[in-house]
Amino acid sequence: MASTVDASSRQGFKLSQLIYDTRYRSLTIQAIAMALLVLFLSWLVSNTVQNLSDLGKDFDFGFLGQRAGYDINQTLIPYTSGSSHARAAIVGILNTLLVAFLGCILATIVGVIAGVLRLSKNWLVARLMTVYVEGFRNVPLLLWIIAIFAMMTEATPQPRDFREGGTASMWLWDSVAVSNRGVYIPAPVWGPGSTALIIVFVLSIAAIIGFRRYAFRRQEATGVLLPILPVSLALFFLPSILAYFVLGGPVSLAYPELGGFNFQGGLHMRNSLIALWLALSLYTGAFIAEIVRGGILSVAKGQSEAAFALGLRPSRTMNLVILPQAMRVIIPPLISQYLNLTKNSSLAIAVGYMDARSTLGGITINQTGRELEGMLLLGLFYLVLSLIISGAMNVFNARMKLKER
Amino acid sequence: MSDVAHEMQTSRAIDRSQMQVSDEVAIQITDMNKWFGQFHVLRDIDLTVYRGERIVICGPSGSGKSTLIRCINHLEEHQAGRIVVDGIELSNDLKNIDKIRSEVGMCFQHFNLFPHLTILENCTLAPIWVRKVPKREAEETAMHYLTKVKIPDQANKYPGQLSGGQQQRVAIARSLCMRPRIMLFDEPTSALDPEMIKEVLDTMIELAEEGMTMLCVTHEMGFARQVANRVIFMDQGQIVEQNEPEEFFGNPQSERTKLFLSQILGH
Repeated sequence: MASTVDASSRQGFKLSQLIYDTRYRSLTIQAIAMALLVLFLSWLVSNTVQNLSDLGKDFDFGFLGQRAGYDINQTLIPYTSGSSHARAAIVGILNTLLVAFLGCILATIVGVIAGVLRLSKNWLVARLMTVYVEGFRNVPLLLWIIAIFAMMTEATPQPRDFREGGTASMWLWDSVAVSNRGVYIPAPVWGPGSTALIIVFVLSIAAIIGFRRYAFRRQEATGVLLPILPVSLALFFLPSILAYFVLGGPVSLAYPELGGFNFQGGLHMRNSLIALWLALSLYTGAFIAEIVRGGILSVAKGQSEAAFALGLRPSRTMNLVILPQAMRVIIPPLISQYLNLTKNSSLAIAVGYMDARSTLGGITINQTGRELEGMLLLGLFYLVLSLIISGAMNVFNARMKLKER
Repeated sequence: MSDVAHEMQTSRAIDRSQMQVSDEVAIQITDMNKWFGQFHVLRDIDLTVYRGERIVICGPSGSGKSTLIRCINHLEEHQAGRIVVDGIELSNDLKNIDKIRSEVGMCFQHFNLFPHLTILENCTLAPIWVRKVPKREAEETAMHYLTKVKIPDQANKYPGQLSGGQQQRVAIARSLCMRPRIMLFDEPTSALDPEMIKEVLDTMIELAEEGMTMLCVTHEMGFARQVANRVIFMDQGQIVEQNEPEEFFGNPQSERTKLFLSQILGH
């Protein structure tokens, strides 16, 4: 090597060195790639500008301030058809966030349970979970959304069937009604004194965290581990229940009741929301189940054997030895499943759920003709949302990541 | 002659003063049978281990020697016969299994240290969660045994940072922290580089000198000759021959044993 370097420096720089000299080669390739990329992007932009001007359109976000003029069937914030397109977009965005949030939680619960149970020694349980996983992940999500929506709307009774002498009845002591117009659940009514109740509840959560810390510190000092789970459960329920009665029942439930042709009162969960939520959760849950199963299997069998040989019980072995090692394998693919679920929620169009794509990326675009601006904003929303989710999960991953050296 | 080489490795004078066998029974195995599916791994095993005995189990691979010692702490389940450890019958009763496992320590061929815990945490995990020992005390015990296996200065490192021999010595210390009355060794030196075998064997010899009851599956015939008071030869799931090391190596009885010994000693 030394002799070649000497030779080239003696002879001065030759142009062919840009390609054949290892010192310059990657720089040359990067410069060429960069130039091509810039060319491509400038062509894209100039093409778009050209086409827009040919159509007589400009690039303008002013439409966001205009009157939307359409109704949205599920609004988490006040909205009327007289509100602006920007507000319609926010309503849609909140609906997307709602279904994505609910979906991620349910998918994780379903996935972890199914993944662990698929490893069960119980033949029937393991096979049932295999059928669930293979059934849900091998059929397109869109079909599951439509299938569940069809079940919710076609196979459930009409509100009038709930009348006296009708064929249907409400569940859970007449508090939940599952009908073809949606699911009606009791809604909390916050009376005077409910703030105090909430404060008591928050304090009891803090007490649980404090108790866990104390219990572990006591274990370090004396070796005796206090019963964390029973005490935590007691702390969770007892103070709040006590406060509820002391304060004279500040929170009451408004039950849905049949009035006229439909249910009145209570919380109305639309079939579109439920179908989308369940389908997204069950579909993504099947993938998460496989991730969890793979994570647990990735920990060598010798680890649990060593723990057993030391006298650790299977549940402690799981918590202290297997899961800490499995988590580092589970979390990264779990992040992409959350991102998948969030973006797949745009399939809401199939069941008429008014998410961001249906408002901002649907009706607003149709009415204003601002497809480029609308789609850019929609893309930007999903991009930012995904980056936030993966950023948060990466922080979590970094905290869970094992130090092994 | 690999045998001579190993002879050299354990050549220091062995203090036999504590190495006395009492007539108290530590492990009693009667008529034990085990199958893996259709495959009959262990046939009619009868074995009595007295307290303070150092038993080396050898035999060709697949002869069931690992399975035998794994049955003793119920890492494998036996299907017929009885195993009584320290007066506790090994049944499907979880409480008995727990009791036996906290009395019996085990070292594995691949060490099986917990990679996400430091050396010290590896050693304190079981005492804290099984024996309910305060953390401070568990750490003192751990440091005591880590000093004994001559790696106290590695206590805050992770297993991945240690050599194979060091890892196996940590594994021995980790078992000792539970203060077991019986130690099982499942080919503890088979995954080690030759120069690391010595340090692990030295640790095991020290244990033997303190009177620990030991069952050791190993191919280290030098160790067997010097430390064991009984050598057991297994083939096809049966105990073919057992004898004192002098007799076993000098005057093997069965043809199968002679063949095995000629193969492992004769090159």
